[in-house]
Amino acid sequence: MRIRSPLLLGILIVSFGLGGCGKNGSANLAASGGKGTDNGRQIWHVGNGTEPQDLDPQAITGVPEHKLMMALFEGLASEDPKDLHPVPGLAEKWEISPDGRVYTFHLRPNGKWSDGSPITAADCVQSYRRILTPNFASEYAYLVYDYVVGAKEFYDGKLKDFSQVGFKALDDHTLQVTLKNASPYLMKIIGSHYAWTPVPVRVIAKYGPLDQKRTPWTKPGRLVASGPFQLKEWLPNQKIVVTRNPNYWDAANVKLDEIHFYPTEDISTEERMFRTGQLHKTNELPNAKIDAYRREFPEFLRMEPYLGVYFYRCNVSRPPLTDKRVRKALALAIDRESLVKNVTRGGQRPAYAVSYPDTAGYVPRAKLTGGLAEAKRLLAEAGFPDGKGFPSIELLYNTSENHRAIAEAIQQMWKRNLGVDITLLNQEWKVYLDSQHTKNFTLQRGGWIADYVDPHVFLEIWVTDNGNNDTNWSNAGYDRLFLQTLAAKDDQERYEIYQKMDAILVDECPIIPIYHYNRIYAMSPKVKGYYPTLLDNHPYKYIYLEK
Amino acid sequence: MFRFITTRFFQSLLALFVVISATFFMVRFVPGGPFTAEKAVTPEILRNLEAHYGLDKPLWRQYLDYLGSLMRGDLGPSFKYPNRTVNEIIGDKLPVSAELGLLSLGIALVGGITLGTLAAIKRNTWADYLASGFGMIGISVPTFVVGPLFVLAFAIHLGWFNASGWYTSADRVLPALVLGIAYAAPISRLTRGGMLEVLHQDFIRTARAKGASEARVVLRHALRGGLLPVVSYLGPAVAGILTGSFVIETIFQIPGIGREFVTSAFNRDYTLVLGTVILYAVLIMALNLVVDIVQAWLNPKVQLEA
Repeated sequence: MRIRSPLLLGILIVSFGLGGCGKNGSANLAASGGKGTDNGRQIWHVGNGTEPQDLDPQAITGVPEHKLMMALFEGLASEDPKDLHPVPGLAEKWEISPDGRVYTFHLRPNGKWSDGSPITAADCVQSYRRILTPNFASEYAYLVYDYVVGAKEFYDGKLKDFSQVGFKALDDHTLQVTLKNASPYLMKIIGSHYAWTPVPVRVIAKYGPLDQKRTPWTKPGRLVASGPFQLKEWLPNQKIVVTRNPNYWDAANVKLDEIHFYPTEDISTEERMFRTGQLHKTNELPNAKIDAYRREFPEFLRMEPYLGVYFYRCNVSRPPLTDKRVRKALALAIDRESLVKNVTRGGQRPAYAVSYPDTAGYVPRAKLTGGLAEAKRLLAEAGFPDGKGFPSIELLYNTSENHRAIAEAIQQMWKRNLGVDITLLNQEWKVYLDSQHTKNFTLQRGGWIADYVDPHVFLEIWVTDNGNNDTNWSNAGYDRLFLQTLAAKDDQERYEIYQKMDAILVDECPIIPIYHYNRIYAMSPKVKGYYPTLLDNHPYKYIYLEK
Repeated sequence: MFRFITTRFFQSLLALFVVISATFFMVRFVPGGPFTAEKAVTPEILRNLEAHYGLDKPLWRQYLDYLGSLMRGDLGPSFKYPNRTVNEIIGDKLPVSAELGLLSLGIALVGGITLGTLAAIKRNTWADYLASGFGMIGISVPTFVVGPLFVLAFAIHLGWFNASGWYTSADRVLPALVLGIAYAAPISRLTRGGMLEVLHQDFIRTARAKGASEARVVLRHALRGGLLPVVSYLGPAVAGILTGSFVIETIFQIPGIGREFVTSAFNRDYTLVLGTVILYAVLIMALNLVVDIVQAWLNPKVQLEA
């Protein structure tokens, strides 16, 4: 055949070229064994979701911000790399009084900010004063004022004298914190949450008022860090580079030279960056890619349990969800095994209780049991045998392919198993959240991700006046049990109370648990010292790269 | 001419005022606000946050405050990014989008006009089919398909470029090409149409009869008239291309302003939404004015009238 047309010739050349390269390209990733060091330097390139709001630990709220905080700042306590339990951080040790209300932290005598100045107990007190300042309006102020004596009063403006709030610098290196009640999980918050992270108040004050969020102290060259790394470069929407902090107390054990965080908003772009070797680790992996990775590059695919639950929230003041038998029938008629196998497909665990199957040694005994037969019986008892007379109700979710697929599957299960019809409604994220918080829904998709590893996280939100309950569900027995947990002597006693709370949730079903989350991402096998953890926190000083 | 420009200036100012006012109130009436989050903040914290940003004042007061600061050239603080002002964000990101835009515009103009002209003078030959085919494909296949295909071919398989980023000059190539092609396609079709119309007119025949070379006929006589449709298309197109493309900037991880048009609305970052809308409105108005002037220059039949 003679090819006359140059156009056709061009098309043929291009298509052969691409076809040929297709195989090479796919093979590259696997053959390279993954991205390692950069010319022998320990530089970790990591996808980090979105552009951070800021790098001020007291002015941020999101997960990408948290990942950066873990590099730049350290709390009084830090996290164990494997199970995240609190380990010494800025404080080398601490004592808790026998009544659990007074915490005494001993700061490291050699603890320094990245500019070389000492980290003192007075810095800590000033930091807590800043996060509690009403004008400053820190979103996470409640993680401090819920626990510390006088803090709420100060936050509400009723108490003007901060010296009456339960923070005292006993000397340069001793900080005493007095709590309202014993709070057995507080050390986990202090270890895992940036709300409790001391900030360099003296430096912030150089660049503007302490009670203004827009004080520009977090720019490169200004930001003073306390963590294993310090800020080197911040190119908005491109990347943030952190480099070793030589003044960090444990600098000798920090293995990475630099971390480059990329705000990879689009997860398909991120996956392509991973394939061209621009990243060691992605933040997420598109669902559509999971199967291909399973098949072709299993050593790059990571799927790890994530401490969170995906559920449907019932508005219990809207009939027919006012009847707990209806709620439970709906909960029982979902085939969760099939859902995670065929729809979500990311190795998620089916959820038969609200609490996570294993949280810091707590395993909920209560489970949704009885299956379809029980579901049908309950629905009939509630006056809707085989779904007859059941009004059409609406399920609200935020616009997303994945949520829609799950909703459609469950819609079908309910139709097939119970004869119940529901309609689906999707809304843009903030509109959907507004509907949730104003309780303008009947059934609503929800999710809850833990900030620290304790069963408390999943149970506190269903208390009557909790701002995230949003179900109109209120149970006096549940609320009483919750108060008892705060006074529990030890974890064993506390966990027994949680068992009762979980049992009430399974019996009443104000929320219908569906599955427990998984983190799904791609990572080069040459990243070492990185362990799967329930919060997806990975203290960076333990991480290193192979060649 | 002077009267035309001053009249248009005041008309634009009025239109801008309407745009600002409408946007200000519309964005406020959308459900959800800048602090609406999955983990709800407590009512005490929400009160303090609103006070911090002046959202606790009556809406009309906030509106007047905003207009006041706008007069001083201050677009206000961003709600989403507490340590950055809207002025800073636009100042940082507009140049990036503009750089990408100018590169793409260059590609689009050179590629589009050449192909369109070629198609017109070689009408109904393979060159015409090729150019028209390119035009059709370029218009029909969206950038969110072309972008990833180019990355797949040139970054992943051939390894010539990074998959995304905006660090080196090589990083400019793929996004500029993809965006350039997207604009080259309609330009080539408009040029072809415009040229065909002009090439059939009497003055072209006269030029040919006087023995002008084909190149002279096309470049000197026909192109000036043939480009008229392109010029009117370019006004809004240039405003669009300079203020960035959400798709291209997302696919290639480019720190441009295009993404902020969309994400600021999702974030309910009221001041940033307004900032981007004002920016776009001003550019559109300015460029339309330029287009009118250029058209008058290209086509003696067009008169600038106030």
